[in-house]
Amino acid sequence: MVIDALVRLGRSGLTALAGIGRAHVLLAGIVGGLPELLPRPRLLLAQIYNIGVLSVLIIAVSGLFVGMVLGLQGYYVLNQFGADESLGIMVAASLVRELGPVVTALLVAGRAGSALTAEIGLMKATEQLSALEMMAVDPVRRVLTPRFFGGFLAMPLLAAMFSALGVLGGWFVGVGLLGVDDGAFWSQMQAKLDFREDVINGVIKSLVFGVVVTWIALFEGYDATPTSAGVSRATTRSVVHAALAVLGLDFILTALMFGD
Amino acid sequence: MGNGVPDSPTTVTASSDAQAPAPTGGTEPLVRIRGLRFTRGDTLVLDGVDMDIPRGAVTAIMGPSGTGKTTLLKLISGQLRPQAGSIEVDGLDVHRLGRQELYRLRTRMGMLFQSGALLGDLTVFENVAFPLREHARLPKSLLRRLVLMKLEAVGLRGAAHLMPAQLSGGMARRAALARAIALDPMMVMYDEPFTGQDPISMGVLVSLVHQLNDAGGLSSIIVSHDVPETLSIADHVHVIANGRVLCSGTPEHVSAQSDPRVRQFLDGAPDGPVHFHYPSAPLAEELLAAGSRRGW
Repeated sequence: MVIDALVRLGRSGLTALAGIGRAHVLLAGIVGGLPELLPRPRLLLAQIYNIGVLSVLIIAVSGLFVGMVLGLQGYYVLNQFGADESLGIMVAASLVRELGPVVTALLVAGRAGSALTAEIGLMKATEQLSALEMMAVDPVRRVLTPRFFGGFLAMPLLAAMFSALGVLGGWFVGVGLLGVDDGAFWSQMQAKLDFREDVINGVIKSLVFGVVVTWIALFEGYDATPTSAGVSRATTRSVVHAALAVLGLDFILTALMFGD
Repeated sequence: MGNGVPDSPTTVTASSDAQAPAPTGGTEPLVRIRGLRFTRGDTLVLDGVDMDIPRGAVTAIMGPSGTGKTTLLKLISGQLRPQAGSIEVDGLDVHRLGRQELYRLRTRMGMLFQSGALLGDLTVFENVAFPLREHARLPKSLLRRLVLMKLEAVGLRGAAHLMPAQLSGGMARRAALARAIALDPMMVMYDEPFTGQDPISMGVLVSLVHQLNDAGGLSSIIVSHDVPETLSIADHVHVIANGRVLCSGTPEHVSAQSDPRVRQFLDGAPDGPVHFHYPSAPLAEELLAAGSRRGW
């Protein structure tokens, strides 16, 4: 019985390692397709539209509400110490450093990542990827590379939009509803938010998340069992794995960027 | 019965008792398969298959479902790699080619998938134009004319603007056929082209395969288990089952076979060497048992 459990454990480990290996081989193939993508910017623009533009609504609404909640909670805490004028920097730093990149990545994983996985998985199930192969067209370079770089580029733009609308949401609640001084809100933010330390690090985070979320989504679709149940499982895995990877990486990146 | 290429060579060395006479023509076969062995997991799919597919003819590979016919097509086109044996297409060993060389060879092959496999986000026109856009830098007007001619050949010029989801099964296969011949390939492989078609669509497809082969100077390989339709247009037939070639030759030669495995397939007999019942314990024993180890 113990031996059986060990065998199962070993088999699971080997399966996971093989999957990680396949994912890295796929990533190499995807990135290797960049030179072929550059002369065909339309393919890239179409994917930036699919992944980025079509996610704008959910990102904008989420950013606004997250900023409003931050404004509300921040005011309640800061007001106890008579520091409600620091609300602007608190809201902005929280959004730019953490919530912008992380929540955007989670939302993109849920909306666009799942759609990518399902699309690629269904293309596999309906033999469209095999048909591309038979037309002497590399499906990785033709189908996956534009989607990967579309996600990579769209993520920081969406995160910036999330943070900007979040700040506006925080301003609306803090200044508009709760009476925080308008000048103090913006001037503290302007004075204390560091471009390199806060903004650039936030952009780096969202670029990393863009790679990870899109890579996982594409790999899960490409590696899916070509059945309806297989595509369904792959879509679920895509969202779960991407969310866990984003949260784990966020901790590591935060420790590296903001640690002493 | 065939399309007029009765003397093209056909050689199969497995189960030689059921083979047609050895080839007499001097033309090299288009596809030469030797000692092909392919397993999927623990299942032996193809076991030492030898087969020649001649040029300019319609060659049918027939057999019951699950006998490795589609697998054989995927092996010929280099989508799968065999465990042993070799496949030469037009003198090139498919599984020794590098990726670029394989892709160059594939531009001379067309394949009609069982599902059609049209790209779902492109119109019929764009689907047929796709391989031309990828491989030939043609002026827009010439590309348009070429695509319209291919669609005219399959009777779908009027459906050029439709999306794949708007097509019937037969129309989707015809559109996919137009795409398969877009680059004027030397050979076209058809994976179960007649399956699931109504009689009209089936008749159209049978006629199209025949006409394209003759008019286009193609070589055609049809994988099918639709006996009358396939035999009506084939010049050569290979019947495979259990991973081996049972018999080969002209449709007349194959139809005259007395091998019970071939006869059961050609006659559509529900029982014979291929049993109707999947192997299992006796019914009475199973009914009287308290339950199954499988939980039911």
